[in-house]
Amino acid sequence: MNFETIVFYLFAAMAVFAALRVITARNPVHAALFLVLAFCSMSGIWMLLEAEFLSIVLVLVYVGAVMVLFLFVVMMLDVDLVQLREGFWRWFPFGVVLAAIMVFQMFMVLGTRQTAETGTTLARHAADYSNTKEIGRLLYTDYVYPFELAAVILLVAIVAAIALTLRRRKGVKSQDVAKQVNVRREDRIRIVSVPSEGSGQKLEDRGQ
Amino acid sequence: MMELLQTLELAGQNLLGAAWLPLWTLVKIVAIVAPLMIGVAYLTLAERKVIGYMQVRIGPNRVGYFGLLQPIADGLKLMFKEIIIPTGSNHFLFVVAPVLALMPALAAWAVVPFADGMVLADVNAGLLYILAMTSLGVYGVIIAGWASNSKYAFIGSLRSAAQIVSYEIAMGFALVCVLMAAQSLNLSDIVRGQQSDTGLFGWYFIPLFPMFVVYLIAGVAETNRAPFDMAEGESEIVAGFHVEYSGMAFALFFLAEYANMILIAVLTAIMFLGGWLPPFNVAPFTLLPGIFWLLAKMSFVLFLFLWFRATFPRYRYDQLMRLGWKVFIPLTLVWVVVVGAWMQTPYWLW
Repeated sequence: MNFETIVFYLFAAMAVFAALRVITARNPVHAALFLVLAFCSMSGIWMLLEAEFLSIVLVLVYVGAVMVLFLFVVMMLDVDLVQLREGFWRWFPFGVVLAAIMVFQMFMVLGTRQTAETGTTLARHAADYSNTKEIGRLLYTDYVYPFELAAVILLVAIVAAIALTLRRRKGVKSQDVAKQVNVRREDRIRIVSVPSEGSGQKLEDRGQ
Repeated sequence: MMELLQTLELAGQNLLGAAWLPLWTLVKIVAIVAPLMIGVAYLTLAERKVIGYMQVRIGPNRVGYFGLLQPIADGLKLMFKEIIIPTGSNHFLFVVAPVLALMPALAAWAVVPFADGMVLADVNAGLLYILAMTSLGVYGVIIAGWASNSKYAFIGSLRSAAQIVSYEIAMGFALVCVLMAAQSLNLSDIVRGQQSDTGLFGWYFIPLFPMFVVYLIAGVAETNRAPFDMAEGESEIVAGFHVEYSGMAFALFFLAEYANMILIAVLTAIMFLGGWLPPFNVAPFTLLPGIFWLLAKMSFVLFLFLWFRATFPRYRYDQLMRLGWKVFIPLTLVWVVVVGAWMQTPYWLW
């Protein structure tokens, strides 16, 4: 057993443990943090497969952005643990069916002859081989249409999310920044010369 | 110097075999982290002195000559303070949070090149790695705020998390422009791409000037520094996410903040200000070693951080969000297209 295998089993064990804790942890915030740990271990496994771009992007996108927003929501939720546990046995059969389907799918993908031939040994590359460049080349040449399609679907999701949440209420006093920047001295202050009573008189008195 | 290192490396390999590589890497890590920690300590002193003089005060001058022992006195004081863990808090996460805050700030230094070839890990995806590491820093803040079980800490952590996530996008796009110009994700290659006969006119801050400004401002926001220190906001929420922390646990957050500042400063120097390259390719400038130039540029950017703090009043929270989402992100998106088009024309000189 070489060093790489030890590292692999370490990350794999961590990922399995974290994934189990995601569904067994009672506190939803802990569950979300275990999900973060699972992502990090998977990123380590991808790094072992020399897929450094995917590995780092997994951390950057899922851990750095998605899970942060997830934690945001979970932390602010008022979760009733008793109510959560009540529904466990009711939904258990659905969960089992879903899990069975997913296991079957994974078996179909991983167990077919095509992947079995190429998937067992890892093609090694020289140190100057850039995984990132290769992915970029593939995405923008061979897979450009699926890639653009995915981008458009994401764009639709962004527009839909904004359209669903944007509402214009009446009577909201928001500031127009352009207006604030364009304000000049003359718009806000007016210099008024107010003659104070008998000021000229007093000066004359003092002089005497 | 280089020959000495090479003979040392050969001798070590002969002597220790496979155990040499981890040992040598450990030595390198210590050689990076130890000066960084000293830098953090003296940055706190520099901040107090600089802001002091800007406000016509003297700043700390009692401990040691010119106040030079002040950071050590502060550190000792914090070390002897009791760490209080609130009863209602989540004990494990409360203790882990400061570690999570400091870890990414230190880990990112692995790919920073100090001079040509002077880098711990010369990886191809260095820039991506930096982005990933800086995006992890927010976990320390969020977890600290939540684990403290305190309203002020929680509000502070939510504020700073929202701020960090928003400004990270603009920062990422600014870096996309840099990697387009350098055509590499490797930080050493990015610096080499800025090498030219004209010295400082070859640096990326000239063609990417708007991105340079965006990166600098987003960097200030990302490190939760004034004028974007909404997370602390003494006048509104006491001290933000680290209200409940005391002693060394509090000091770790402080270390993380200053280590992040130094990291942003050194990244700005590498990506926009030519890293280890001298500003002019003539004799007195080229004689100095590359690391001197990198440290000089880094110190300049750090001085800007302190200058901002002494000059600008704190932003309001909605103005901060507006600046991030409605000004910086559209601006950076447009500039990505501009740089892309510009690079296709013969007028791209970099």
